Amino acid sequence: MKTQRSRFDLKRRDFFTLLGGGIVVYLSSGNPSELLALPLIQERDIPKDYNAFLTIYEDGTVICHVGKIEMGQGPITSLPQQVADELDVSIESIKMVMGDTETCSYDPGTWGSMTTRSYSNFLRAACAEARAVLIQLAGEHLKISPENLKVKNGMVFDASNPEKKVDYGWLTKGQRIERSMDEKPEVKDHTQFKYVGQSRLHADARIKVSGEAQYTADIPMPGRVYAKILRPPSHQVELLSVDYSETEKMEGVEVVRDGDLIAVLHELPDVAERALSTIKAEYTSDEKEVDDKTIFDYLLNAPAETEEREKAGDLGEGEEQADFIIESEFYDGYKAHAPIEPHTAMAKWEGEKVTIWASVQSPFLMAQDALARELGLELENVRVIAPFLGGGFGGKIYNPQVPEVAKIARLAKKPVLLAYTREEEFFMDYFRTAAVIQIRSGITKKGMITMWDYQHYFVESRGSDTIYNVPNKLTTGYSEKRGSPIHPFSTGAWRAPGNNTNTFARESHIDMMAAKVGVDPVEFRLRNLTDEKMIAVIEALKEKFGYSYMKGPSGRGIGIACGTDAGTWVAVMIEVKVDTETGEVQPIRAVVSQDMGMCVNPQGATLQVEGCVTMGMGYALSEDVEFKGGDVLTSNFDTYQLPLFSQVPEVIDTVILDRQDQPPQGGGEPAIICMGGAIANAIYDACGARVYQMPMTPERVLAGIKKASG
Amino acid sequence: MEKLIRFTLNGKKTEISVDPSLTLMWVLRDQFGLTGTKYGCGIGVCGACTILLDNDAVRSCTYRVDDVMDRNVVTIEGLSSNGELHPVQKAFMEKDALQCGYCTPGMIMNAAGLLIANPEPTRQQIIHAMEDNLCRCGAHIRIIEAIQQAGKEMKKMSQP
Repeated sequence: MKTQRSRFDLKRRDFFTLLGGGIVVYLSSGNPSELLALPLIQERDIPKDYNAFLTIYEDGTVICHVGKIEMGQGPITSLPQQVADELDVSIESIKMVMGDTETCSYDPGTWGSMTTRSYSNFLRAACAEARAVLIQLAGEHLKISPENLKVKNGMVFDASNPEKKVDYGWLTKGQRIERSMDEKPEVKDHTQFKYVGQSRLHADARIKVSGEAQYTADIPMPGRVYAKILRPPSHQVELLSVDYSETEKMEGVEVVRDGDLIAVLHELPDVAERALSTIKAEYTSDEKEVDDKTIFDYLLNAPAETEEREKAGDLGEGEEQADFIIESEFYDGYKAHAPIEPHTAMAKWEGEKVTIWASVQSPFLMAQDALARELGLELENVRVIAPFLGGGFGGKIYNPQVPEVAKIARLAKKPVLLAYTREEEFFMDYFRTAAVIQIRSGITKKGMITMWDYQHYFVESRGSDTIYNVPNKLTTGYSEKRGSPIHPFSTGAWRAPGNNTNTFARESHIDMMAAKVGVDPVEFRLRNLTDEKMIAVIEALKEKFGYSYMKGPSGRGIGIACGTDAGTWVAVMIEVKVDTETGEVQPIRAVVSQDMGMCVNPQGATLQVEGCVTMGMGYALSEDVEFKGGDVLTSNFDTYQLPLFSQVPEVIDTVILDRQDQPPQGGGEPAIICMGGAIANAIYDACGARVYQMPMTPERVLAGIKKASG
Repeated sequence: MEKLIRFTLNGKKTEISVDPSLTLMWVLRDQFGLTGTKYGCGIGVCGACTILLDNDAVRSCTYRVDDVMDRNVVTIEGLSSNGELHPVQKAFMEKDALQCGYCTPGMIMNAAGLLIANPEPTRQQIIHAMEDNLCRCGAHIRIIEAIQQAGKEMKKMSQP
């Protein structure tokens, strides 16, 4: 595999030509690698110039151009709150343009709960600078020193004589303003906010309930045809021969081929689909002998890179100090992202230039850059526009549909829409990895942890650190060796990568220790925690839930799990009913408590928490990818079971600790990490069954019940 | 072999000459530009393509276009009247009962169908009716609340 870095020289884009007049404020993107939670497949130079992000028009309209995309997590609502506060304009005057590589500021991608905790800091600083520039301009116009000026709703006025005033729109009228402050103004203090910290409903709700909101497949395009791609039966096979002579005879059907990429085109998707089924293809056979049953032994025996972290004290000493040693082994199967909108892209070539509309979380880095690199194009000849996304969850970071549709449209010489079918979506997804975790720990009779030996196989390290105060500890990670792929298909980031599996294992094991010494699991946690933020989050959780201490299994069916993710401290308590005849688990009520620093939009943050709880129930209880070698047997929602209305708890309460004076942290992912652990512990508390494998299906719960009673 | 299909679409009599075996969902999207009806699974298990057919909520990906001959089809675009949102649409906004919004039109159409058949559904009846509509973002509890609210609102409106 080539590791050569491509280096692009970005020409300075003329935003004034693109966007019209007004003030343009530049936003330094910084080094994208700092923003990345993922290894770079390539890296741009830090732009020598800066990207524009803000234009103010004569009528006072503020257009905010950001490289972030909207996939349901709410930046279209929360970013304007921050812009309005820093600029001192009304929120209604702000319009968002998102995810367009030609008109928006560079951003590597919308992932890792980074929009608020990282990107917002650049945005707020730039808005504060824009405000200072505008005040300076107003001072020159009004002949008043800037320190005597105030701003309200985009109007700059003399503090001692409000009649002397000028608005932003007038100041920017027809002018090209490029000015920056020598001394950078500070962003506002949380006590000065008007919009930040206030709950706001989704700004895009009106067009989403009416059906007007456009996702990639909804963009009208005259002369567009659908493409259907020939897919192999497995990821482990190669194409031997193909015959599409009959296909080409079908009326109006066109077949295009670029190496192994073979696509059928027709203006009607039904006809394209039928035509695709007439292609005869032969493949090599799949030799990989691993499936969803044998995967865990396979992973434990696979060659791996070893990395030791979090080393402290001496495990031997910790073992000597312990009265009990507890050992456990946890398993997690592959999970699909399964956004309801499959990967989709449309391409239109005009000469050497291609415009791509695509459902991508990363229009710049993983779509524009990746495509330019793959096809050897100049960056300015690739424009990627990400309309609304129908969900992402980390699954739209990699975008195989983008190079596919670009190649097909270039051959077809007409606009092409490539909308994956659900079957393709399951086949082409890069799954959350299957994993094994082994834990060996020591505790005293009094319930103090003396030793923690944590080994994680093939799951990311995020969330693998011990959050408890343990004097003797070691975390060992086993990961894929470079150049020797282990998994029979691709794996990758899935909402809070690694943390769901790690938190499930750690928090299950903590409960096992609490049970061993007969201490209530919440009390046990508080006894072994010194992290004050975690303690405060758990105390708030206890209070909201109305929890009282009882050693487990108490029969109440209440489970807790806690952890940290994306800079946020989070704890979840869930109550379940377990049907001991069928093994079915029914969540009744969930409470989530989190310290996420400053919260921009409490309503939006609450929605993310509720979404995390609901989505997390799926990986915990029912979602599992079935496969045989590289053949992904799970192909649609009839066998891949997402959470259903009947399975969702009637109440999900959210407590967001008041930390408005702290820097903002992530909100899109944290709560989901606790769902496996909280549910596993609730099942144990209900019936004494310890389930070591996710998803915790009825069969596995029944097996746990049988083991507990036998 | 094309066939002339006559039906009522969003309150207007319409006709189209097409291959009668084409999937209703694609015809609505591609021939009529009604892209609020979404593709999600293609086999009728996710509900993103739900429409009203003679006031019943059905999965348009499992219907052929000639199945709607002489019948009445309403899509999400036809649910509002004269720019005024349907009570279910309003309730989804007020309860913030969506995130990415991709499943939302199907959810709303299914809920609208439920409220036609059963104007005062219990919470359990709502869950039962919505059970096969999938939402990946996890807006479920708000969707249930929105439908309860819309039901109450529609009852108020229907009273003199």
